[in-house]
Amino acid sequence: MGDAVNRTLRFLHDGDIVEIDGAAPTRTVLQWLREDRMRCGTKEGCAEGDCGACMVVVASLNEDATALDYRAINSCIQFLPTLHGKELITVENLSPATGPLHPVQQALVDCHGSQCGFCTPGFVMTLFAMYKSGAPEARSDIDDALAGNLCRCTGYRPIIDAARRMVTLERPAGRHAQPHGAATNDAERSAIETLRALNDDTALHTESSKGTFAAPTEVDAFARLYAAEPNRRILAGGTDVGLWVTKDYRDIDDVLYIGNVEALRDISVTDTVIDVGAAVTFTELMPVLLDEYPELTDLFRRWASPPIRNAATLGGNIANGSPIGDSMPALIALGTRVLLRHDHDTREIDLESLYIDYQVNDLQPGEFVKRIRIPRRRPGQLVASYKLSKRFDQDISAVCAAFSAQVENGQTQHIRIAYGGVAGVPKRALATEAALNDRPFDEATVHAAMAVLDEDFSPLTDMRASADYRATATRNLLYRFFAEATGLGATDVYTYAR
Amino acid sequence: MRAERELELRKPSDDASGASRVDGAVGTATPHDSAVLHVNGRAAYTDDIPEPRGLLHAAFGVSTQAHARIRGMDLSRVEAAPGVVAVITACDVPGPNNYGAVIADDPILAEDEVVYAGQPVFAVAATTVDAARRAARLADIDYEPLEAILDPETALERESFVLPSTQLARGDADTAIANAPHRLTGTARVGGQDQFYLEGQISIAIPREGGDLFLYSSTQHPGEIQHAVAKALGLEQKDVTVECRRMGGAFGGKESQPALIACTAAILAQRTGRPVKLRLDRDADMIITGKRHDFVSQYEVGFDDTGRILGIRYNHASRCGASADLSGAVNDRAMFHSDNAYFLEHAAIDSHRCKTHTVSNTAFRGFGGPQGMFACEQVVDDIARHLGRDPVDVRRVNFYGTDSRNVTPYGQVIEDNIIAEIVDQLETSADYRDRRREIEAWNANSPILKRGIALTPVKFGISFTATHLNQAGALVNVYTDGTVQLNHGGTEMGQGLFVKVAQVVAETLQIDLSRIRCTASDTSKVPNASATAASAGSDLNGMAARNAAEKIKRRLTGFAAEHYGCDEHEVRFDNNHVHVGDQTLTFAELVHAAYMARVSLSAQGFYKTPKIDYDKTTLTGRPFYYFAYGAACTEVVIDTLTGENRMTRVDILHDCGRSLNPAVDLGQVEGGFIQGAGWLTTEELWWNPRGDLKTHAPATYKIPCASDLPPDFRVTLLESSENREDTIYKSKAVGEPPLMLGLSVFHAIRDAVAACSADPARAPELEAPATPEHVLDAVMLARGDARV
Repeated sequence: MGDAVNRTLRFLHDGDIVEIDGAAPTRTVLQWLREDRMRCGTKEGCAEGDCGACMVVVASLNEDATALDYRAINSCIQFLPTLHGKELITVENLSPATGPLHPVQQALVDCHGSQCGFCTPGFVMTLFAMYKSGAPEARSDIDDALAGNLCRCTGYRPIIDAARRMVTLERPAGRHAQPHGAATNDAERSAIETLRALNDDTALHTESSKGTFAAPTEVDAFARLYAAEPNRRILAGGTDVGLWVTKDYRDIDDVLYIGNVEALRDISVTDTVIDVGAAVTFTELMPVLLDEYPELTDLFRRWASPPIRNAATLGGNIANGSPIGDSMPALIALGTRVLLRHDHDTREIDLESLYIDYQVNDLQPGEFVKRIRIPRRRPGQLVASYKLSKRFDQDISAVCAAFSAQVENGQTQHIRIAYGGVAGVPKRALATEAALNDRPFDEATVHAAMAVLDEDFSPLTDMRASADYRATATRNLLYRFFAEATGLGATDVYTYAR
Repeated sequence: MRAERELELRKPSDDASGASRVDGAVGTATPHDSAVLHVNGRAAYTDDIPEPRGLLHAAFGVSTQAHARIRGMDLSRVEAAPGVVAVITACDVPGPNNYGAVIADDPILAEDEVVYAGQPVFAVAATTVDAARRAARLADIDYEPLEAILDPETALERESFVLPSTQLARGDADTAIANAPHRLTGTARVGGQDQFYLEGQISIAIPREGGDLFLYSSTQHPGEIQHAVAKALGLEQKDVTVECRRMGGAFGGKESQPALIACTAAILAQRTGRPVKLRLDRDADMIITGKRHDFVSQYEVGFDDTGRILGIRYNHASRCGASADLSGAVNDRAMFHSDNAYFLEHAAIDSHRCKTHTVSNTAFRGFGGPQGMFACEQVVDDIARHLGRDPVDVRRVNFYGTDSRNVTPYGQVIEDNIIAEIVDQLETSADYRDRRREIEAWNANSPILKRGIALTPVKFGISFTATHLNQAGALVNVYTDGTVQLNHGGTEMGQGLFVKVAQVVAETLQIDLSRIRCTASDTSKVPNASATAASAGSDLNGMAARNAAEKIKRRLTGFAAEHYGCDEHEVRFDNNHVHVGDQTLTFAELVHAAYMARVSLSAQGFYKTPKIDYDKTTLTGRPFYYFAYGAACTEVVIDTLTGENRMTRVDILHDCGRSLNPAVDLGQVEGGFIQGAGWLTTEELWWNPRGDLKTHAPATYKIPCASDLPPDFRVTLLESSENREDTIYKSKAVGEPPLMLGLSVFHAIRDAVAACSADPARAPELEAPATPEHVLDAVMLARGDARV
C-alpha cells in the first residue's frame, strides 16, 4: 500500500484507549458494546438504523484538530473499525451509576419522558448530541433532530419538552455536562490530545479470521488497492452495507473503507459547481447544498434521519444507486455529473448515465465514485423536489420527484425532471420534458405533459404504494410543481401544519 | 404542552387540605419508579441480564410458505453448521406440542402442515446469536403448497373460521331498520397494527436442579408462561419459575405470544442441560408473532330525521389468522364496543372470526374494542352526512342516557355515564363550532389543500370479559428497618403500574415512596396471577397490595395499642410516623419493636372485582365493572394531489377518575392517542400475493415519529372526576381507553375528504389506515374521478 500501516484498531471509550487486534471487519459497534464490553445500556431495537434504541455519540476531531464534533450515530449498523481514531460515548458515560444525572437525563426525568424506557438511552444520546452541538428551540428543528428515534409509549410530547428543558438545568461537574459553546474543559482537552495522537495518518489495516478491513488515508492508495482487489467491498457510511450483515447475514470478507481518505472528504465551491468528495456525509453536505438550493431543504431534512445523515455519504448513496434513493432525482434534475476513478484513470459522466438497470450501474471492476459535481444555480432557475411516503420523517419514498426549469417569456426552458420510486433506477422523464420544453408554462400544457409521464415510467406495486397510486402521484407532482411556481397552490400539508 | 405545566404545579407533597403528606402519596405526579434507571442506561431488560455460564442462543427456522404440507425436512446442514449444539422439531417437544392458552391449536413447532409464512418449523441452539441465526437459514424443507386464504373477506366467503360465528342481538333490528324513515348501508374497513414494542420478544431458560427450570421472560403474563412451559416440558407447575422485572413495551403483544418463545427456549434448555436464550430480532418478531386484527364490518342502519339510530345490524369479519389464540375474547369485545357511547335499542351484531393463512392475531391495546368502535363511528358519521347534520349533533342524539336509554345491547345498565358532559366541555374548550365554520369557508377557497375536523367520544368497558381473570394477589414484606419490598401479580411494561401500586402502599402505610422497592414479577411470590391486561393492572393489583398493606397495618396497630397501652383507634399512621396515644414513633421504630415482639411483617393481599357477572354463552350480563370515558377533537389538513395528511390541532379531555398519578395517566392518554392515530394513518401491514408480510421492520412499517405529534396538542384530564365504583382510591383504568381517541384523527381526515365532494350527503369511501394512497383514492372517488 505504500503508506505506513497500523494493524491495531484504537479508539477512545470510558476515557481509556481501547486497543483491538483482529477485529472482524463487520462486527458492529453495538455487538461489541453489548457482547464484549458488557455495556448493555445501548439497546438493539431493529438492527437497521431505523429506531434509534442503539444510539451512541461519536466524537471526532474537527478540521484543524482543535475541538470535537459530537455526532449521534446508530451503533447497530456501524462497523467497529470505523471508530479508529475517534471517541465512542455511550449512555453510561453521561452519569455515574448512582450520582447526579446529566442535564439531558434530568430533563427527561423531570418531564416524565420515559415509560417503558427501552428507547430512552437512545433518546438520551440523541439529545446529548444536540446538547453538545447547539440545542434548537423551534419545534420543527427538535422534531428533525429526533427523527431517528422511535418511542412507542409516550407520544413524544414529554421528550420534546425535555429537549427544551435540558439547556435550562443546573450543570453538574464533569466533562459531558458542558453544553455547546462552553469553554473546553480539562477532560475534553485531554480527549482531544489523545485523539490527535491516534490520528497519526497511518492507514488502518486489520486482519482477522473473518476478513480484513483496509482504511487508506490517501486517495492514490485507495485507488490502487481497489484496482488490485476489485472484490473488496467499499464501505462508506455503512447505512446500507450494514444491513447486508445485520439483516441478510451476508458474508463480507474484505472491506475497503473510504471514510478516512482525507482528499475525498472536502467540498469545494467553484464558479460553476459544488464539487463534493465521495466521502462527504449528508450532514456535511447539507449546509452548502441548501444554501445554494434552499428549495431542497425539506427533501434533505427528510432524507433518512440525522444519525443516518451523520454516517451516510453522498458518494455511497450515488454508487449504491437504489431506485428509491432520495438524493438522485434532485441531483439528476440539477444536471449533476460524477467523476469516476479507476487506479490512475478518471472519467466524468452524467449522473443519470451511471444507472443502467435495477442494481446495475456503469462502474467497472475496481472503479469508484470519486467526486460529485453539482452545478451552481442559474439566474431564474426554478427548482423543486417532492417526496411522498407514509410517514413524514425517516421513511422511504413511494415516489420522489425533482424539477428544474427556467420560464422565460412564459415559455418553459431547460426543464429537467427526474423521479425515484417509479422505475428500476432513478430516472429522467425525457418524454415529459420534451412535452414541456419550449412550450407555454400553462395549465393546458402541464395537463398534456402529465399524460406523457405514463410513457416515461411504469411503476410497480409494493408495500409502499400500488402502481396506480404511484402513477397518479407522479402526474400530480408535476402539477404541484406548476401550481407552486404559479401560486395556484402555495404550500404542502407539512408546511401548513408547522 | 399545557398539561405539563399543570403537572409542574402539583408538587409531590401538596395536598388540597394543606396537610403534610408522604413523598409519592396517591394522587401525586411522581416519576416512573425506574425513571432514573431508564435515563442512565442501568434499567436491565431481559437481554441485559448477565448471561449465565454455558449459555446457548436459539433461533427459529420458519416456513417460507403460507399454507403447505411438509413432505420432508433435511436439517443436516443446520446440524452441521458451526457452533450448532441442538436442533429440535415438533417431535422433540416432550409434552403436548402446543402453547395455545385458550384452545390447543397453536403448535410450538409445525408438524406436518404449515399455516402461515414465518411459522416456526424447527429451532436451533448454538454458541452465538449469529451462529444460531445463520444455521437456521440452512434447512432444506420440501413443501407441497396448498391453497392459501390470505384475507378475511375470502375467508368469510369460504366460511373459514377459527371459532364459530357469534351473534349478539337485542330487540328486533330488522323491523326497526325496515320501519325507519332513513336507511343506510356501508362497509367499514380498518387495518391491523403491529405492537412494535421497542424490546422484541425474548426469554432465557435456565435449568436448575432436579429437573426444575427458571425462566426470564419478557411477558405480560408470567403465570401463563409458567403453565405453558410446564406443560410443554411434561413437568408440573411447581417445577417452573418465571420472572419479569420489566418489559420494553408490550401493548398486548406480550400476553399470549411469549409462551412460544419461552417454551422453545425451555425445550432446548432441557434437552441440552444448558441455559438457552431466545431473542427474536425485529423482523422475526414481526413475522412470527401476532398483531391487531384487521376488520371488515358491514352495517345496515335505520334512523330518524335527527339521526337517532332506530335499528342497526353489523356483520363483523376479522382476520384472526391461523389459530384462535385470544381471538374469541378480542371479537367479543369488538361486539361489546360496537355501540361505542350510543344507545342501540334494536341491534343485531354478527361476528365472524376468520381463519386466514397469515400470522395468528392477538391482543393489542383495546383488544377488539377499537375495531368495534371504528365501525360504529363510521355509521354515525355516515348518518350525519346523509342528513346534512353536524356529526357531533348526531353523536349527541345517540348518546346513552343516564336514567333511560342506558342499557347496552348485552344487557348491562350503564350507571356512570358522563359522556355528554365530557363532549359538551370539549366542544366548548376546543371551540369546535366556530372552527368548523372557519374551515368550511377556508376550504371553499383552497382547491388543493382541504381541512377537516372531528370530535369523537370514547366509552370503554373495564374488566376482563373472562370473569375469572378479574383477580389479583400481592405480597408486602416489611423489613426490620421499616423498608418494604412490594410484589404483585402485575407486570411493568412501561405503563407505570409499579409506581402506582407503590404509591398505594406508601399511602396506606404512610411511608415515603423511597422506602418501598418494587420487585420483579415472579410466579414464586404471587401465584396464578392474571395477565397484566384489559387496563385493569392498577385496579386489580393496587387493591391487592392495599389489602396486604392493611393486614400489616392492622397487625402493627394491634401490637402498638397493646404494647403502649392505648386503644387501637388512638394509633394513627401519618407521614412516616405512628402516633400511639400521646407518643410518636417513627414507622421504622414501631416495625422494629413489632418484630422483637414476634409480629408477622409479611402479608399476602388478594382482590377480586365485585359486581361483574356475565354469561358467555348468551353474551349478556355485566361484563364490565365500570366504563372509562373521554373525547378528542382533531383538525387535519390533506393534500388532494397526493393524499398526504397532517394533524394541525388536537384537544383531548379524558376521564381517569381520581388519578393515582396524573403524570403517569397523562402519559397513557397522550401515548395512547398517538398510538391510535398511528394505527389509523401511517401504520399499514402489507402482505404480498404469496402471503409474505412485507412490512416487518421499521424501514417498512411506520409508527409515529416526533414530528407526527400535532403542533398544537392540548390534553386535559377531567377535573374533579371520581370513579362511582369503589375502585382503588376512586381512580379509573387508563391503559387502553385513550387509544380510541385516535378515531378523531380518522374522522377529521374523512371530513376533509368529504369537503372534496360535490355531494355532501355522500359518505367518503376512506379505509383505514388513511395512508396517502387511501386518502387520494377517497378524494378521487369523492370527486367522481375515475380510479386509475
